[in-house]
Amino acid sequence: MGTTSITAEPGVPIIDITREFDAPRDLLYRAHTEPDLLVQWLGPRRLTMKVDRYEVRDGGTWRYTHSEDDGTEYGFHGVFHGTPSPEGMVQTFEFEGAPGHVSLDSLTFEEHDGRTLVRARSVFQTVEARDAMVESGMERGVNEGYQRLDEMLVRLAAPVG
Amino acid sequence: MHADRLSAVFGALADPTRRAILARLAEGDRTVGELREPFPVSQPAISRHLKVLEGAGLISRSRRATARLSHLEAEPLREATHWLARYQAFWDERYDQLDELLASLQTTQQGGNP
Repeated sequence: MGTTSITAEPGVPIIDITREFDAPRDLLYRAHTEPDLLVQWLGPRRLTMKVDRYEVRDGGTWRYTHSEDDGTEYGFHGVFHGTPSPEGMVQTFEFEGAPGHVSLDSLTFEEHDGRTLVRARSVFQTVEARDAMVESGMERGVNEGYQRLDEMLVRLAAPVG
Repeated sequence: MHADRLSAVFGALADPTRRAILARLAEGDRTVGELREPFPVSQPAISRHLKVLEGAGLISRSRRATARLSHLEAEPLREATHWLARYQAFWDERYDQLDELLASLQTTQQGGNP
C-alpha cells in the first residue's frame, strides 16, 4: 500500500497528488473510467456513489452523485478534454453545490515493474477557490480519517515536541 | 483559518532551516545565537528566517536583558496541519479503497476470468 503525497504550494492555485499502486497501468485506467469500478472506490465509504454518465472520449461529459443515507445528494460533473488513454486523461470538475467553480484535473499513469504511479494535478481558478475546496468540500467521509489526522499531527509535531 | 495567514504559514514551513528552528524552539525559548549553533549559516540569515516565522505567527519574540528570545507559537501550526490533514484523510480513504479494488481485480484475473 502506497503513501498519498499531497502538495499545495502557497500562492498558486494548484494541488498535486501522487500515489503508487501495486497494479499495472491498464488496471488503473479501467478503475478510473469504468462506472461499475469507479463506484467501488471514488466516493467516501459512508456515502453511496452513483454514476449517471461517463462518456470517456474527447468532449464526452460525466456526472456522478454521492448520497447520504437520508437521501441528500451531492452532484459533480464535467467534461473530458482530449482522448483519455492509459497514459492519462484531462477533465473538468465542478461540484454542483458551487456552480461556476471549476477545476481542470489532469491524471497520468506511469508503470514501472508492474507498479503504477498516479499523478493527479488540479488547477483551480484562484488560490482562494483551491483553499475553499480543501477546507470545506472534503470534510465529508473522513470519520476514520481522524485517526490518521492524529497520526499526522504526531508526525508533524514530533520534532516540535 | 484565513487564507492569507495559511499561505504565510505554509510559506514559512516550506524551508527546512525554518522547520528545524521550530523544532528547536519546541524544547524552549532560545536566543538568535543559540538557534544559530547547529546551522552553517550566518546570524543575519537566521534573523531573516525568524522574521519570516514571526510574520506567519509561528513564533513570538521578546527581550530578556540584552538577549532577544524566540518563542514557539503552536496554534497556527496546529491549524495548518489540520487543514491539510482532513484533505489527506479524504484521499487516503479513496486510494485505500482503490487498492482493495485493484487487488480484487487482479485476483479475479489470476483466477482465469477474461
